[in-house]
Amino acid sequence: MSTVVQQRSTGRVLGLWRTAWLVVEAHWMWYRRHWHSNLFSSGLHPLLFLAAMGLGFGSQVRPSAATGGVDYLNFVAPSLLLLGVVFTAVSESSYPVLSGFKWQQHYIAMIATPMRPGCIVLGLVQWMSLRLLLAGAVYTVIATFFGAWLNAGAIFVMFVGVLTGLACATPVMALASVTYDEGNRFTLIMRLVVIPMTLFAGTFFPVDSIPLGVRWLTWISPLWHGTELARGVTLGGLDVLPFLGHLAYLLALLLTGGALATRGFARRLVN
Amino acid sequence: MTEGGVSQPLVSGKALVKRFGDFEAVRGIDIEVNQGEAFGFLGPNGAGKSSTMRMIACVSPRSDGDLRVLGMDPDIDGPRIRARIGVCPQQDNLDTELTVRENLQVYGRFFGLSRAQVREKAVELMEFAQLSDRANAEVESLSGGMKRRLTIARSLVNDPELLLLDEPTTGLDPQARHLLWDRLFRLKQRGVTLIITTHYMDEAEQLCDRLVVMDGGRIVAEGSPSALISRYSSREVLELRFAPGEQAGHEAKVEGLAERVEVLPDRLLLYTANGEAALEQVTARGVRPVSSLVRRSTLEDVFLRLTGRTLVD
Ligand SMILES: Nc1ncnc2c1ncn2[C@@H]1O[C@H](COP(=O)(O)OP(=O)(O)OP(=O)(O)O)[C@@H](O)[C@H]1O
Ligand SMILES: [Mg+2]
Repeated sequence: MSTVVQQRSTGRVLGLWRTAWLVVEAHWMWYRRHWHSNLFSSGLHPLLFLAAMGLGFGSQVRPSAATGGVDYLNFVAPSLLLLGVVFTAVSESSYPVLSGFKWQQHYIAMIATPMRPGCIVLGLVQWMSLRLLLAGAVYTVIATFFGAWLNAGAIFVMFVGVLTGLACATPVMALASVTYDEGNRFTLIMRLVVIPMTLFAGTFFPVDSIPLGVRWLTWISPLWHGTELARGVTLGGLDVLPFLGHLAYLLALLLTGGALATRGFARRLVN
Repeated sequence: MTEGGVSQPLVSGKALVKRFGDFEAVRGIDIEVNQGEAFGFLGPNGAGKSSTMRMIACVSPRSDGDLRVLGMDPDIDGPRIRARIGVCPQQDNLDTELTVRENLQVYGRFFGLSRAQVREKAVELMEFAQLSDRANAEVESLSGGMKRRLTIARSLVNDPELLLLDEPTTGLDPQARHLLWDRLFRLKQRGVTLIITTHYMDEAEQLCDRLVVMDGGRIVAEGSPSALISRYSSREVLELRFAPGEQAGHEAKVEGLAERVEVLPDRLLLYTANGEAALEQVTARGVRPVSSLVRRSTLEDVFLRLTGRTLVD
């Protein structure tokens, strides 16, 4: 038998970050043709809230100690950005991630390449960051024309938004990776966790008015920690220690969720 | 894969086991696939073919035994092995919201290819899959067979040294199947090693140098298609077709006319060296089938013999 010399395959293994970036690239390939509808729902939706609550409802609210002495518009502008970002983060980490395992199965396609489960999760987190940042930027710029910001601290709000969004996204991704049914639990989470969270997180009114018995709901809510940070950078009045505390809480959530998601992805894809 | 002039197998598994919980899907199989070979897995549903393929593809750690792919251990070097192999899974998992071209490009990038490389490769592979005219169509809009062709083409994006095809031609029309066989044959000539699972016996006969028949997680026979046929079947087969349900009554009458008789729901299969002679004797005994046919033995017959599938006791 004549021996044919087989050419070496062109495939190779890249490092963790470069591989993860390819996941971003793959999502971008899709996003660049669908950005309008996406940006509308994730960036402009909270603006509608801002118009209705900040300008409409806000015209009935007089600046007081409850609003930190500022107009209601300035009071809700940062928290509404966070609200929009958290909704986007949670919904994009639920069904779309489950689909990657179950319906579209694109994670199953990815794992047949040199890609590792951790790379996929890292790539998803990076992609999520970019989308949240974009949505936050669009909101911030347009809200400027409403007169929603008091100072340049507004620029930091979108970064707080990314962090808060990710802190909510990674635990949901982890949950998606261990979901084998049709994902009805995501609807429940939206209704029973995310929406109630907006009522206890100081989004629309200060948490001081929340009864002490249920104040713990505030304390565990990532949205509240994010909102405190966001108001801190725009309206001031946040000390260093609480600032670091909120930051640490969100980071801990993000990292724990990321670790659980990585484990979930690994078990689901390599079995 | 040549070291010191001795060619070492590209894939070698020893006492390979795959368990899912308590259930043993693969029960200790030995396989060896050499470079440049086309190797087949044949077996009924649930035999453990895909489970074995997934272990070789390094996406399913073995539960027991030993496995080497491209000389490496999948448990340790999974990504490095995956970089050099191509996988066409049993179930298509294309990104249906991306176009044909985008699917190939994105996938190529996952293998570390440059943008220029994947652009060029996508054009070549669309040609291969005869989908060039659908280059910019979303995959969602393709027919089932077209998706299958694209999945197969995608598995070639990294010029794999080893290609794993899990039931590649399921859902393809006859023309597309023959075309694919031709393409696979050419890949093989270029030195690509092929591992194929299939339910199509003609496909196995056409493509595989060597194959194993799996059943219930075990290998029940191994050899080249012709060796398997001569070992487990006769040279010719006489098929006697009856109205459904009437075939069994005739079994006793044809006794002794063949080496072996298989009873199918609407037919009797008589395994014999000389089909025509057997038919004359059958007629002489007064058996009047609706129709009769003499044909050569195929892997189908081997499969029937070994797995007993569709066999009526
Ligand atoms: N992830 C899994 N978890 C539990 N059981 C599994 C899993 N994957 C496969 N099995 C079981 O292992 C057995 C072998 O399955 P496998 O998919 O390997 O068969 P196959 O030979 O490829 O069959 P088919 O021809 O239908 O594709 C089946 O009984 C199947 O139910
Ligand atoms: Mg299978």
